[in-house]
Amino acid sequence: MYTTFLDRSANVDNVMFFIVGISVFMLVLVTFLMIFFLVKYNRKKNPVAENIEGNLKLEIIWTVIPTILVLAMFYYGWIGFKIMRNPPRDAMPVKVTARMWSWSFAYENGQKSDELNVPLNRPVKLIIISEDVIHSLFIPAFRIKEDAVPGMETYLWFNPDKIGTYDLFCSEYCGVGHHSMISKVNVMSQGDFSRWYAKKEEAAAPKGRDALAIMKKNACLDCHTTDGTVEIGPSFKGIFGKKEKVITNGREREVVVDEEYLKRSLIEPDADVVKGFDAIMPSQKGALTDEEISVIIEYIKDLK
Amino acid sequence: MTINSFYNTPGRHTGILSWILSTDHKRIGILYLTSMFSFFFVAVILGVLMRLELIAPGRTIMSATTYNAVFTVHGVIMIFLFIIPGIPAGLGNFIMPLQIGARDVAFPRINLMSWWFYISGALVILVSLFTGGGAPDTGWTFYVPYSIMTGTNVTLAVFGVFLLGISSTLTGINFVTTIHRLRAPGMKWFRMPLFVWSLYATGWVQILATPVLALTLLLLIAERLFGFGFFDPSKGGDPLMFEHLFWIYSHPAVYIMILPAMGAVTEIIPVFARRTIFGYKAIAFSSLAIAGAGYLVWGHHMFTSGMSDMARMVFSFLTFIVAIPSGIKVFNWVASLYKGSIELVSPLLFTITFIFLFSIGGLTGLINGALATNVFVHGTYFIVAHFHYTMFGGTAFAFFAALHFWFPKITGRMYRESLAIKAWIILFIGFNVLYFPMFILGLEGMPRRYYDYLPRFQPEQFISTVGSWILAAGLAIMFYNLISSIFRGEKAPGNPWGGSTLEWTTSSPPPHENFEDLPVVTGGPYRFGKKE
Repeated sequence: MYTTFLDRSANVDNVMFFIVGISVFMLVLVTFLMIFFLVKYNRKKNPVAENIEGNLKLEIIWTVIPTILVLAMFYYGWIGFKIMRNPPRDAMPVKVTARMWSWSFAYENGQKSDELNVPLNRPVKLIIISEDVIHSLFIPAFRIKEDAVPGMETYLWFNPDKIGTYDLFCSEYCGVGHHSMISKVNVMSQGDFSRWYAKKEEAAAPKGRDALAIMKKNACLDCHTTDGTVEIGPSFKGIFGKKEKVITNGREREVVVDEEYLKRSLIEPDADVVKGFDAIMPSQKGALTDEEISVIIEYIKDLK
Repeated sequence: MTINSFYNTPGRHTGILSWILSTDHKRIGILYLTSMFSFFFVAVILGVLMRLELIAPGRTIMSATTYNAVFTVHGVIMIFLFIIPGIPAGLGNFIMPLQIGARDVAFPRINLMSWWFYISGALVILVSLFTGGGAPDTGWTFYVPYSIMTGTNVTLAVFGVFLLGISSTLTGINFVTTIHRLRAPGMKWFRMPLFVWSLYATGWVQILATPVLALTLLLLIAERLFGFGFFDPSKGGDPLMFEHLFWIYSHPAVYIMILPAMGAVTEIIPVFARRTIFGYKAIAFSSLAIAGAGYLVWGHHMFTSGMSDMARMVFSFLTFIVAIPSGIKVFNWVASLYKGSIELVSPLLFTITFIFLFSIGGLTGLINGALATNVFVHGTYFIVAHFHYTMFGGTAFAFFAALHFWFPKITGRMYRESLAIKAWIILFIGFNVLYFPMFILGLEGMPRRYYDYLPRFQPEQFISTVGSWILAAGLAIMFYNLISSIFRGEKAPGNPWGGSTLEWTTSSPPPHENFEDLPVVTGGPYRFGKKE
């Protein structure tokens, strides 16, 4: 059950309640008056209408009062927004990289993760970049969102004030894997966070040998299956040693899928695109170490 | 049908050619209505399929690739082929010259050419679905860089939209000129029906905003075909520039969609309340104010885009300013019922529903307009709910109201009132069951354009899908009633509702050149119960 529905981030929610309150009042007023007039001035009861051309005083009233109300809404919306745009100086910086279709988070000490881990009550500043198309980082529980735009840096901040796990979504349509570009925010106690933060080498090592874990982390499996079904990209099953028709610089040619081809496909995915598929895979250059690449290739070799 | 009806006056051609080569504004209006409702029907089916896919998490009936193409094509058809041409090109073409006492529009051949651009654009879009890389999967907004990278047939689809833009611009020029030059003797500006005022304001938006879309789409095509780099940061371009250019048109475009709808309901209320409209000038000026201020608020689609905080603040402010004239209209409509002598029949019922649903759409727009709350709801189902309340609950319900209202004038027949009421009940229930849960989904944090979702969103998604079936049933009943009544309905008199504007002074359906003798206007448009 999602317990944070409208009970957190008081600042945004107060603006919300203010606007919703006025809106509900207006809606009820308009609806009530319409129904009341429809009943009261029904042709059976009121066979002759009165032609009222207008009333300047009323026009002024229902121009001025809504103007004041909407300006108040603008003002509160802006004040709430200003808070969102001014991160505290001591906020913990986390660099967020968005790409089709995964998130990665890099911390000050070099620690990396695919879920956002933060300590309780320490403001976090997210510095957001995109490697390919426009994405949007959205954490509903903290009421924050900002686009990840290629070629520029954007930012967000929030104060993780309650221990727990919260959803993190991509909310700008970014292609076929958009719906799977989901991660988590883990708000941990100071102690838990410090233990996780410090243990980066050990954590990285065993992961390095587990091909499936690496592929999951890099969102390979959103498009490529391991059971032979074809989704967005070719399946890994049985692909090693297979002859494939590929498009190289707009020309069709045939290649044998070998170690060299697999490696090139990871680093320069647009170089030789298997016929029938779109050139939409992001390059894994920098995302995978040489060791990880060879682990993946070994795994694919064995997947008959 | 009277002997001299325009149906019996085909002109130089016969058969289908007497329609697709006709320069009679009434025949062109009917061409638009039939073609756009055919496309509407296709997009409704796509919408129902989309909802069916979302009835449960995981794959239900289609793959992610198909789903993305389906929501894109649903949006492109509904926006560019149905709701933008919608009321102006369809009903506006038929009714506006009648309302100002003219024999046709100012440029009848350009009017026909507009329809040809429209249908060519539609065919190009249709072809784009089945050729090249297949149906576009970018969403109707075509945001770069994704729309440049995707292998689907974006280029051709965008070219189709470009052609539709030409159609829309030409219609705008035609209508503005017609309203300036062809009003009947004695019809001063403040004696024009308010539907004409709304088309006038819309015409200016079409003329001034659509070229920006045309330019943007050509830049996008150049980027895709030749790699110009207008929007590519690695080549000195900027993806945000595309968003700006796109919304400079596409925000005013929502006023192209809603203003004529507001105009149509403003015609309906006085007729069934048997009294003059309350605040004629306030309504006329608010149309112009909406059209004018509507140009300056495009940035509110970009509050989380990375645009500067200063720009976000200014655009938020302007957005609230544009809310005021819409509010004024609502208050004037309600006040126009006061001390009337009201007959609650289907056109008025649809109109009241329009006011209710549009108010929900408009008021939730305030939540989108305020910066702090926008950041939260932007890109979620809340937005989907908001614009379906304004565009479907607003524009489309007003369109339905107007279709029933002018049906006797257009076809010369009456539809079945009892069936119209039944269709209305089902539509009203279906609409709210379909779209209201989306407000809640949005506030719970569900992003839009998701093929799959977390299990906790399922209850609302399920209810919404059930709503789509109810809504589709309501549409089927309504169109069955209207279409079957074209052939079997009772004959309609010239003025079945007791309306006071000029279109009701001629026969139903009107003769070839609208009036036997051109009318002379001596007073305002809404005069009831007064001795002439």
